[in-house]
Amino acid sequence: MENLSFTLKAPAAAGGARPRAIVGVVASGNLEVLAERISPAGACTVEIATSAHGFGAVWQAVVTDFVARRAAGGLRLSINDGGARPDTVALRLAQAVRLIEEPGA
Amino acid sequence: MKNWNAQKTALAERLADGRRFASGKTIEVADLPNFLEAVIRPGDRVCLEGDNQKQADVLAAALASVDPAKIYDLHMVQSGIVLPEHLDVFEKGIARKLDYSYSGPQAARVARLLFGGKIELGAVHTYLELFARYFIDLTPQVALIAAVSADRDGNLYTGANTEDTPTVVEATSYKSGLVVAQVAEIVDKLPRVDIPGDLVHFMVEAKKPFYVEPLFTRDPAAITESQILTAMLAIKGIYAPYGVQRLNHGIGFSTAAIELLLPTYGEKLGLKGRVCTHFALNPHPTLIPAIEAGWVRQIHSFGSEVGMEDYVAARSDVFFTGPDGSLRSNRAFCQVAGLYACDMFIGSTLQIDLEGHSSTVTASRVAGFGGAPNMGSDARGRRHPSEPWLKAGAEADPGSSAALRRGRKLVVQIGETFGEGNDSLFVERLDALELAEKLNLDLAPVMIYGDDVTHIVTEEGIANLLLCRDRDEREQAIRGVAGYTQVGRARDAAMVARLRERGAVRRPEDLGIDPLDADRRLLAARSIKDLMLASGGLYRPPSRFRNW
Repeated sequence: MENLSFTLKAPAAAGGARPRAIVGVVASGNLEVLAERISPAGACTVEIATSAHGFGAVWQAVVTDFVARRAAGGLRLSINDGGARPDTVALRLAQAVRLIEEPGA
Repeated sequence: MKNWNAQKTALAERLADGRRFASGKTIEVADLPNFLEAVIRPGDRVCLEGDNQKQADVLAAALASVDPAKIYDLHMVQSGIVLPEHLDVFEKGIARKLDYSYSGPQAARVARLLFGGKIELGAVHTYLELFARYFIDLTPQVALIAAVSADRDGNLYTGANTEDTPTVVEATSYKSGLVVAQVAEIVDKLPRVDIPGDLVHFMVEAKKPFYVEPLFTRDPAAITESQILTAMLAIKGIYAPYGVQRLNHGIGFSTAAIELLLPTYGEKLGLKGRVCTHFALNPHPTLIPAIEAGWVRQIHSFGSEVGMEDYVAARSDVFFTGPDGSLRSNRAFCQVAGLYACDMFIGSTLQIDLEGHSSTVTASRVAGFGGAPNMGSDARGRRHPSEPWLKAGAEADPGSSAALRRGRKLVVQIGETFGEGNDSLFVERLDALELAEKLNLDLAPVMIYGDDVTHIVTEEGIANLLLCRDRDEREQAIRGVAGYTQVGRARDAAMVARLRERGAVRRPEDLGIDPLDADRRLLAARSIKDLMLASGGLYRPPSRFRNW
């Protein structure tokens, strides 16, 4: 298991009011993302626990693109990764942000 | 006095040698090895019928058990290296030289035998190219073929999986070669005659059907959201703007996803009747929902697909069928149809380099190409216009006179940036080059050359290579859809942004597609069982695909 941590500038605040959202599953080639509204405004923190070693640069690229494309300010994202491919990671991150924006719960 | 009929004389000798084992034209299975030793000569060019689907498996087993002291140095000229026996003949020294087209399951062993010097490789062809050489310089002296049934005269019924048989028999028999057929049974009256009996010299009653691989079945349950997104990009970004009506789909989950999105996503885009009306295609189970929804007018097939026989027979307005009701497939004709009468080929590959060359050959696996190099090539002899062909031609060469401008076939490579085993689809250098160096080949085995490729689609977007004006632009357009692979991360972001302004790179948002809409609920069928239900019970999936 490798643990990675990123803190990124995320000027656009995440929409909605849900305190947290969870998407995905921990399985081979998949991942689980827990989004919580507990980071400082203007920042997004990402904590990753992954079964695949040595992909720090790829994670950095994926989360940097993610905060540039989606409104993720104020979120802390905790990821349990089962060796998912970067495109799957990007999709799950986007799904987590969409879910936390939704009304209800 | 020169003998101008030596081949006929040689055939007469083979026939006389073979008749010692025959009753009429019939050989017993148990006598096959001795029979083959009697009729085959060392050094013969032999076509042991087998492609990516049907296999003359009983004859393959018999050939692999002949005595290598008697039969050796054969030159195998056949579509597929698929069964273990196809390579056993090389390991045992029965065969030495190989010209072929496709090897799926045996790809790793082909590589080992090539490196070990057991196989002397002629070339890896596309099907149509190998068939062409059957009539010029690779004419078989012996063809060992497969059919469903025969009558006493040797007339053959090849059924839904006719595939290569007419081509192989035509080339062999009319050039004084020997044709031996395995059939499941010998009957009094055939459902239809696919091969005339006077072209068939001997037959063996195998008492079981020839083996057929269900190669074109993709379980919708395994289709991922990334594949759905990629399929949405292809439909909205390529099928719709070019108005692609006549096409071929390669094998794979990406094209299966496209087929399953037609009645849902395609319907929503108003594309029914405007795209995907005519196919050169095997009966893909994943096309059932689109056929049932009235999208598809006509399909001609290379071969059949296991379990689709009853469905095809019940949809004769769509498929080509015989007077007996069953599918008539023909690989050579369907490849010609794909070359000249289709406006688009879309398929997957294992590696794409920075010029757009693609190959399924990797360092340890020499898979062949099958039909892809043919389907995925621009037919320089084409003369009839169509909307997609003209539009693609205009994009590639906007400056020239429209009436003198060649159109272009759309050749689309589709896939996820990280493929099976998380290997990158994009590479700086094809493994095929390393193989060519190691084996001292004149040509690296490239499946589709970069100058034939018009579009590359991944989950990140579409690269339109028709709109790229030089090598640098092509390279950056390719890097620009290569996602988080090393090739993708090494892009020149400013140049990719400029290409995007020109539409040479298009992102989901440029096409009004939200990646979050790529949901499995969009699939018209989400399991094999759904496909069976959509067919009204006519599709009978093979047991390995049944999990209920």
